[in-house]
Amino acid sequence: MLKDITLGQFYPAESKIHALDPRVKLVGTLLYVVSLFLFHNLAGFLLATAFLFFLIHMSKVPVSYILRGLKAIFILMVITAIFNVLFTPGTTIVHVWKIRITWEGVRAAVFMFIRLTYLVMGTSLMTLTTTPTRLTDGMESLMAPLEKIHAPVHEVAMMMSIALRFIPLLVDETDKIMKAQMARGADFESGNFWRRAKSMVPILVPLFVSAFRRAGDLALAMEARCYQGGEGRTKMKPLVYGRNDGKAYAVLWIYFAAMILVRIFLNLPHVPLLGH
Amino acid sequence: MGIIKTNHVSYDYVRVNDEGVEEEKERALEDVSIDVYPGSFVAILGANGSGKSTLARHLNALLAPSEGTVWVDGMDTSKEENVFPVRREAGMVFQNPDNQIIAGIVEEDVAFGPENIGVPTKDIWKRVEEALEKTGMAAYRMHSPNRLSGGQKQRVAIAGTLAMHPKCIILDEPTAMLDPGGRREVIETVAELNEKEGVTVVLITHYMEEVVYADHVFVMQDGKLAMEGPPREIFSKVEELQKYKLGVPQITLLAHELRKSGLDIPEGILSEEELAEAICRLR
Ligand SMILES: Nc1ncnc2c1ncn2[C@@H]1O[C@H](COP(=O)(O)OP(=O)(O)OP(=O)(O)O)[C@@H](O)[C@H]1O
Ligand SMILES: [Mg+2]
Repeated sequence: MLKDITLGQFYPAESKIHALDPRVKLVGTLLYVVSLFLFHNLAGFLLATAFLFFLIHMSKVPVSYILRGLKAIFILMVITAIFNVLFTPGTTIVHVWKIRITWEGVRAAVFMFIRLTYLVMGTSLMTLTTTPTRLTDGMESLMAPLEKIHAPVHEVAMMMSIALRFIPLLVDETDKIMKAQMARGADFESGNFWRRAKSMVPILVPLFVSAFRRAGDLALAMEARCYQGGEGRTKMKPLVYGRNDGKAYAVLWIYFAAMILVRIFLNLPHVPLLGH
Repeated sequence: MGIIKTNHVSYDYVRVNDEGVEEEKERALEDVSIDVYPGSFVAILGANGSGKSTLARHLNALLAPSEGTVWVDGMDTSKEENVFPVRREAGMVFQNPDNQIIAGIVEEDVAFGPENIGVPTKDIWKRVEEALEKTGMAAYRMHSPNRLSGGQKQRVAIAGTLAMHPKCIILDEPTAMLDPGGRREVIETVAELNEKEGVTVVLITHYMEEVVYADHVFVMQDGKLAMEGPPREIFSKVEELQKYKLGVPQITLLAHELRKSGLDIPEGILSEEELAEAICRLR
């Protein structure tokens, strides 16, 4: 169950998307996420879908890999969908006892479901095609102006890259602890919410202890390798925009403009569920 | 004078309370003097809690001695301005392979050290390539460390220190968490670096078998230096080693027992071949 989190798992491949500057991918992901909340009709939806699958195809990352990230938030998506179906006012389709299902509710649920799916797929695509170091390098570089107001940009970036590196380890460890506890008869699955929450304590305690130990070890290892903060540090892979990055920015902004135009001008005729 | 030299070094772990007042003191090192010659392979042995790690941390300026002096390549490690030059000269590899790899990609991790000391980008690439080549990890440069075996992770860690072009490498029980295959892999890498590149090696270990590669052995007990000498000499004192709770290699033990039962076999046998030869010579 815990293994489903793909966050921070790099998928090595040689593709144009992998080679892009992380800043392009970060800005791109941000624009894409915003664009997901722009569409409200079939045309916008089709455009967002086409763009996403075009990028996935270019990235050479198997779709199954990208979908893996969804499992972790599936429950959240289902709950969101149910709330949308039940609590959106509009034209009633079905009315049983106090429950009223509306056209608008179903439509909102479907759209929200798609939006969340694409949001996860889009961000997964970014993390799968960018090494954590490049990703944080990108953030560090995009945030660099904040250093002027003494924001600890380098430190935060370093913390994030370390967190990303250790998430899979901690996930593995949680799995191991859970199995060890289950082998001794611990039960994480049954009981009410309160009981289940309480049964998590024996997992969290050893997990925290081990995380602190790791942090101590890591700090020592970093110090032993002359780490002394961001000052005077050089980079193996400094961020330099290439020709493809310019093109990618162009494609991105064209896509984004298209999404805005579609929202403003293009209202396709009524299509059941998805139409307006 | 050797490349690493400690002169009557003692160290106390001090626990201070919230007001900064000393509460408790634990002496972890007591009057330790060692001298390591450039290009040599030195092993430090000792039971749990005998102060091996504490000593190792002194050699890399992670700790400064409470009493005495530590010199690395002629630099006094307790001087503030020497801390980073010392760390550059003396690379350190730790026990837990997972907790010393910082980056999510092998080559980026190897680059971490050179980046910290401000090596220009072009040279970083050269250093990374070299270091991975020398540790036999070049084929894995684009891999995620999480998918490597323990032995491979330790070789990455070794490459990470090599990329800083150190004169010596200190390894604190680098094989303690590995299976026998991984152990051999790591030790052979280290031995090769010592032999071919002339890197001085200080290997801290629990496993006697690994001491075979060393030119000189230090045995620690309760924070003090208990024995010192070439491996053959150390291993000829089986009873004394056992007193320090150190397991002697089975082959040495066998030779020792045979000798005790009256056969004319030399002390300090280190390998099966040697024993076989000695037995053949009996007739
Ligand atoms: N951070 C610390 N704070 C207080 N005491 C410590 C600390 N680290 C080590 N010690 C104490 O110092 C002594 C020497 O410890 P050290 O870790 O150097 O031994 P070691 O030979 O490396 O043992 P091991 O084989 O378990 O790694 C021990 O008695 C230990 O309890
Ligand atoms: Mg130790």
